[in-house]
Amino acid sequence: MSTVKLTVNGKAVSVDVEDRTLLVHLLRENLNLTGTHVGCDTSQCGACVVHVDGRAVKSCTMLAGQAAGSNVTTIEGLAKGDELHPMQAAFRDNHGLQCGYCTPGMIMSAVDIVHRHGGKLDEETVRHELEGNICRCTGYHNIVKAVLDAAGRMKVAQAAE
Amino acid sequence: MYETNYHRASSIDDAVAQFAKGTDSKFLSGGQTLLPVMKQRLAAPSDVIDVAKIKDMIGIDVSGDTVTIKAATTHYDVAQSEAVQKAIPALAHLASMIGDPAVRHRGTIGGSLANNDPAADYPAAVLALGATVKTNKRSISAEDFFKGLFTTALEDGEMITAVSFPVPAKAGYAKMRHPASRFALTGVFVAKTKAGDVRVAATGASQSGVMRVAPIEQALKANWAAAALDAVMIPANGLLADIHGSAAYRANLVKVMGQRAVTAAG
Repeated sequence: MSTVKLTVNGKAVSVDVEDRTLLVHLLRENLNLTGTHVGCDTSQCGACVVHVDGRAVKSCTMLAGQAAGSNVTTIEGLAKGDELHPMQAAFRDNHGLQCGYCTPGMIMSAVDIVHRHGGKLDEETVRHELEGNICRCTGYHNIVKAVLDAAGRMKVAQAAE
Repeated sequence: MYETNYHRASSIDDAVAQFAKGTDSKFLSGGQTLLPVMKQRLAAPSDVIDVAKIKDMIGIDVSGDTVTIKAATTHYDVAQSEAVQKAIPALAHLASMIGDPAVRHRGTIGGSLANNDPAADYPAAVLALGATVKTNKRSISAEDFFKGLFTTALEDGEMITAVSFPVPAKAGYAKMRHPASRFALTGVFVAKTKAGDVRVAATGASQSGVMRVAPIEQALKANWAAAALDAVMIPANGLLADIHGSAAYRANLVKVMGQRAVTAAG
C-alpha cells in the first residue's frame, strides 16, 4: 500500500491504495468519480480518458502512483456548476451520443484535441485524432460535428475571457 | 494485475539502485506496453521502477548532425518538436503515427526500444538511420541492439538513457497500420546518409523483428526513386504470417511501403 497525493478537479486528495491500482480505479472506487468509464481495459477504446497535467491519457493504462503529484481533470471537472462545458453542450445539441458509455472519454479527448489544435481544426483532423476513442452507437458522424461545433464555441469563450 | 511495488526514481543512479533491490524488477516509463501486459498477467514484476519523471531522461537536443532524444521523451513531444521536424522530418512523422493521441502522450522512445515489439515503429528508424542507443553503462549500435522478438542487447538492470540519430540527407517512413491497434502491419523506413549510403529497415514484417532490407537498399543505391523498386522481389520466407496477413502479403507490403517511403522522402 502507498499513499498517493494528487489534485483531482482542483481538489487536493490523498488516497491509500495498493501499488497495482490503476488511476481509473482510484478515480472510480476511491473518489466515487464514476463518470470515467472502463470499456475495453486494453487501452483501445478510450472510455477512460482523463487529463493528467493537461494531456489526455488513458487512465486504465496508468498506475495511480504514476499520477502522484499530478493535476487530474475528469469529466466531472469540466462543467462550471450547472453550466455545461462548451464541448458537453455541443455533444448534447448535435446528438453526439446515444447510449453514452463512450461519451466521457470522447469529450475528454475532444477537449484535448481542441486545446492542441485551436482554430486550425478540420474534420479530417478530428476523425484522425479520435481514433483512440471507440463508439459503437453513433457512427461518429454527430460526434465529429459536435467537436467542430465546440471548437468554435471554445474559441468564442476564450476570446470573451 | 498481480501485486507489485511501485517506486518513482529521482535520478538515473537511483533507478538503477532501486532496480537492483527488487527480486524481479522492471523499469516503467510510459507504461503503454508494460501495463497492459501486466494487466493480462503475462508479466508480474515484483517491483516497477518509474523512470518517466527523471529530468535527465527527458528532452531533445539537436547539435550539428546529431539528434539526441532522451529515453523518457514521449512520442507526442518527438512528433511536436520543431527541431526534430526540421532535422529528421521522417522521425517526427513516425512518432506522430504511433498509437493514438492518448498513447502518444504517455509512451516513450526508450520504452518502445527496450520492449522491441516486432511491429513497433521506432526500431525501424533506429536501424535505418544507424542510430546509437545509450544506456547507463555503454553505447550500443543499432546493429548490435536488436536481437529478435522482444529481445535486445540490454542486460538485466541496464537502462536506455538516450538515443542518438545521425541526421540523414533524406529519409522517409511509411506504414500500413493495423486499423485497431495502429501497430505496423508492415512499416518501412528508408534513409540516405550524408555519405551517400542507403539503409532500409522494415518493421512488422520479419519473424525475427526489425530487419534491414538488402534488395531495396541495392535498388535505391542505384536509383533513389519509387520506380526503382518496381522489379524488386522480397522473399516471403521468414516473414510473419497471422490472421491479419500472410507472409506473401507482408513481402509485398515491404516493397509497397518502401516505395511510399521513398516518395515521402523526396
